[in-house]
Amino acid sequence: MSESNLSMGAGHAAVMEESPYAIPSRKLTMWLFIISDAVTFGALLFAYGYVRTASPDWPEPFKFNPSILNVMIMTFILVTSSLTMLLAVDAAKNGDKPKTMRWLGLTMLLGTIFAGLHIREWVGLIHEGVRLFQNPWGAPLFGATFFSITGLHLLHVISGVVALSVIARGFARGRLTAGHVETVGLYWHFVDVVWMFVVPLVYLVNVAR
Amino acid sequence: MNTAGQPKSQVQRYLVIYLFLLALAGVQFIFAYQHAEGVQLLVRMLAVAAVQAGLAVMYFMHLADERRSLFLTLIPATIFVLLMMNMIWSDSFRLLHFRLLAK
Repeated sequence: MSESNLSMGAGHAAVMEESPYAIPSRKLTMWLFIISDAVTFGALLFAYGYVRTASPDWPEPFKFNPSILNVMIMTFILVTSSLTMLLAVDAAKNGDKPKTMRWLGLTMLLGTIFAGLHIREWVGLIHEGVRLFQNPWGAPLFGATFFSITGLHLLHVISGVVALSVIARGFARGRLTAGHVETVGLYWHFVDVVWMFVVPLVYLVNVAR
Repeated sequence: MNTAGQPKSQVQRYLVIYLFLLALAGVQFIFAYQHAEGVQLLVRMLAVAAVQAGLAVMYFMHLADERRSLFLTLIPATIFVLLMMNMIWSDSFRLLHFRLLAK
């Protein structure tokens, strides 16, 4: 019996087994969070699909300018922020702190611009008379589904920017490692993945013709 | 972009996937203004979105570089749960037809 087994009791040796996924526990935890969050967004999108299918007068209000054009720019910004996040993670793994901070800063800036454009879109719709349970065009639940889906996504983007700033600060001070940057990067890419479904299902199937 | 110090092939892979994701997003915008409507439009959109999500998860989130056991633990169960949610459609169509009969 080895010394370590003796010191903790042979019955606990299994506690020391290697992780079956060979990844740090924080990364596995983030993956589990992402999966549960994906199902949450899935449930919201299915609920939206249910209401849309059951409503004969579902509105199709999104004109090319400003709505669809705005969404195109937002998509470009979010996908680009995923690229800058990847470069931040690579720089962190290479131990290049200044470059990591630059790429993280650019990612946060792009996330903030995305959130600003999203809020501008909301304000435009509210000025057109869209509320949670009423709108000028048709099915009253349009506003509730639109604001809840895009609102939850916007909340994720804002939370992501806050999380990135906390991780960036910790990394700059040497308290956090490249592993932490990679883990928050997973979350940021997930926000991008969700947007890939929100755009076609919420905006593009409801374009004004 | 200054990407010195990083493995060139890795950055090239990121750029290729990035451009591919933007191109697929462009395809979705084109689909939106074609004449397809209803289920046909939805299926096209979802197919493109699924390819985009797959690329992002496998290469941006590096699931392709992890052990296969992680992929097998996470992805099939998620897809199964999302597929099971499709049960709601029959009820939403019933709701629509009841509404029309009531008119």
